[in-house]
Amino acid sequence: MDRMPKWADVVLIPLISLILAAILSALVILGIGEDPVAAVKMMVSGALGSTYGWGYTLYYATNFMFTGLAVAVAFHARLFNIGGEGQAMLGGLGVAIACLYVPWPHWTLALGGAAVLAALFGAAWAAIPAWLQAKRGSHIVITTIMFNFIASAVLNYVLVNVMRPQGSMDPATARFSETVHLPTLHELLAPIGISFSKAAPANVSLLVAVAACVLVWLLIWRTRLGYEIRAYGHSETGALYAGISPVRITMIAMLISGGLAGCMAINNVMGEAERLVLNATEGAGFIGIAVALMGRSHPFGVFLSAILFGFLYQGGAELALWTSIPRELIVVIQALVILFTGALDNMVRMPLEKLFLSLRKGRA
Amino acid sequence: MTDDQAGGRQAPAAPAIELRGISKAFGPVQANKDISIRVMPGTIHGIIGENGAGKSTLMSILYGFYKADEGEIFINGRKTEIPDSQAAIAAGIGMVFQHFKLVENFTVLENIILGAEDGGLLRPSLSKARKVLSELAVEYELNVDPESRIDQIGVGMQQRVEILKALYRQADILILDEPTGVLTPAEADQLFRILDRLRAEGKTILLITHKLREIMEITDTVSVMRRGEMTATVKTADTSPEELAELMVGRKVLLRVDKVPARPGQTVLEVDNLRVRDPKGVERVKGIDLTVRGGEILGIAGVAGNGQSELLEVLGGMRPGHGQIRLNGTPLALEGPGSDGRARRAAGIAHVPEDRQREGLIMEFHAWENVAFGYHRDPAYQSGPLMNNAALLRDTQAKMQKFDVRPPDPSLAAKNFSGGNQQKIVVAREIERNPNLLLVGQPTRGVDIGAIEFIHKQIVALRDQGAAILLVSVELDEILSLSDRIAVMFDGRIMGERLPGETDERELGLLMAGVSGEAA
Repeated sequence: MDRMPKWADVVLIPLISLILAAILSALVILGIGEDPVAAVKMMVSGALGSTYGWGYTLYYATNFMFTGLAVAVAFHARLFNIGGEGQAMLGGLGVAIACLYVPWPHWTLALGGAAVLAALFGAAWAAIPAWLQAKRGSHIVITTIMFNFIASAVLNYVLVNVMRPQGSMDPATARFSETVHLPTLHELLAPIGISFSKAAPANVSLLVAVAACVLVWLLIWRTRLGYEIRAYGHSETGALYAGISPVRITMIAMLISGGLAGCMAINNVMGEAERLVLNATEGAGFIGIAVALMGRSHPFGVFLSAILFGFLYQGGAELALWTSIPRELIVVIQALVILFTGALDNMVRMPLEKLFLSLRKGRA
Repeated sequence: MTDDQAGGRQAPAAPAIELRGISKAFGPVQANKDISIRVMPGTIHGIIGENGAGKSTLMSILYGFYKADEGEIFINGRKTEIPDSQAAIAAGIGMVFQHFKLVENFTVLENIILGAEDGGLLRPSLSKARKVLSELAVEYELNVDPESRIDQIGVGMQQRVEILKALYRQADILILDEPTGVLTPAEADQLFRILDRLRAEGKTILLITHKLREIMEITDTVSVMRRGEMTATVKTADTSPEELAELMVGRKVLLRVDKVPARPGQTVLEVDNLRVRDPKGVERVKGIDLTVRGGEILGIAGVAGNGQSELLEVLGGMRPGHGQIRLNGTPLALEGPGSDGRARRAAGIAHVPEDRQREGLIMEFHAWENVAFGYHRDPAYQSGPLMNNAALLRDTQAKMQKFDVRPPDPSLAAKNFSGGNQQKIVVAREIERNPNLLLVGQPTRGVDIGAIEFIHKQIVALRDQGAAILLVSVELDEILSLSDRIAVMFDGRIMGERLPGETDERELGLLMAGVSGEAA
């Protein structure tokens, strides 16, 4: 017998966690002498009150969908891929190479080509820790973290020494050509008569991210490979018994995971900056962990929590801009949400399970 | 049955243990329903019941792990609250768990004082314990070297340490949970002698077991549990194994397996000089030769941990080995490509693994997902690039019906079935493939009597269709009643082969303990 109904596990627990995080955040804001109600209003209006706000919220959410899916896929194979950040950085390199050195005739082809290269670069970056885990037993959490630092150093080197245009003082690539410009939501929605903010960076990558959610759902829950990944994730000895190769599943799951993280670059590098700059990922790889945890590693959950974190990011930025609440406090609020939805999951879960058990007994 | 039948000695003042109306529910599951028993001091009281009948829950309530929803506990006539195990120990109750709770790299003495130290310094506690231990050794013939490390003594000795731990804490009431599960018959006999001695010294013993033979051999009174209720309490002398089995299951059961003599055909499996090392490099199987023919069951007897598991795992493609195995004359790879479970299944080897929860099933998967486990590459389960869930569901429904899996709900997760029904799902999946060779490990471990009977019948039916069957079990009864030939393993080697009609538990027990056939 399950301890509680599924809806409680999927909806109620994240909701209560969120409320707890919100209450604690409110107390912190009160503690520094600001008005939490005004702060919430500011966040909501800043992130959701205009198409400009929505444009940023969805732009961030697109990043988080890719990195959240990356963590979720690996997590189904019980692999904790902390390396989304580094894989997304390498994905950026892939996008930059695709956009700078290939004369694409049209943005659609460029998007396809850049996505493939981004995924390949991200997957390749995940492949080394995956191989070390599968063959040598090196713990993937440790190796993927280390690979984040290596990725950062590699990008630093490449941007300063290889891809920086001559004469530029900025460690970044040249601007991509107009033909690989991805349509923003403003450009996509204008033909059907919806006016969307011109300044917001949300772009067609959002649709790719949503498609990725659907594809990952199909992969995990409907294909044989997904079946094997989940079986391996639940029981390694079980997988051995069933003739599922742990090495193969570890490699494949990590390659898919790295590929998804790499794909984030079509949003931030190709869609927004239109050139590759240093630290283009801005921590989205790490947020992906929280997104996957909160989304229960389910693609639809990842979709929803990515939007939530997009809201927190954009709302937080507005808060820092218009109030005296310091930028650091925004990070505190985001950290509280991560803490409650991810790490302190059991704190909410256990009392709730007890509650449902006693409710059920009352009925019996 | 009335209470005053318990005991049987001259009416002592108060029962050592009395439970009145104990009830305990876990959510919708009523694990214990209005249970009352009285156990007189200086007696051995057996509690018998199928898996999930509520024996362990009842004992956990008595030992303070769970709190009863209703009911009262009286120890030596005094009403006692037992909120935790400290309180149980204070009330004089000691528990010997099925899985020992010993620190492997501590000595016997250190384990005994663990949690019962007097003060921060160890030396006074240790010397006190040493003295008490030597007294206990004389009193109960419980001889154990106090300075040996736990990982260097045998399982039977480890169990004595558990008993000593309880006695050191001045337990007058001992609860033993399935104490003979890991023992050889000889070790079990020794344990029973110790229990006898303890009873003679006035200790009260609660023995939880599913083995009818043990109940008949050692207990004074026995209570039978079924589905959370205590269905009967009888004097052991007044009952019979058949009656107890019927009380446990609620209907007549066949204790012996009904089967016609085997008609062995062609040799199906040949194993030559098989050697297996575990990941640490320790040799677990040290050169085994055996053959199994079609239409016969070869039973491998042995105490757990003597290489039988590794033998099954190599044959099932779960770990590499060295030597030669041939199936119907064709050599099978023992390491590298073609040696995994997938290749084994393709060759027609089905495998009911020893541990259904860690190997045979994915506990979080639905029953319909588990019915494909290992065979999930079968084209019948695919439709294009996706899994054909509708086909899986149909297949599961058919198998559940044929194997009487309850509840017959394909979308229930494996963990929500009882042990017996989980095993039926595994057995259905493997047997329905009509394999050339069926590997079976501990087919009825943690399975209720009703399901045991059913699973045994299915295995015999597969044999009669001409399949070769290799059975590994630590239950001698099971080996003796199912096998057409018996091989005994000890320390990675086969000590000898016997025919079930021409041997007995005593002879097999000696072989299991490593005494070779010639010497016996």
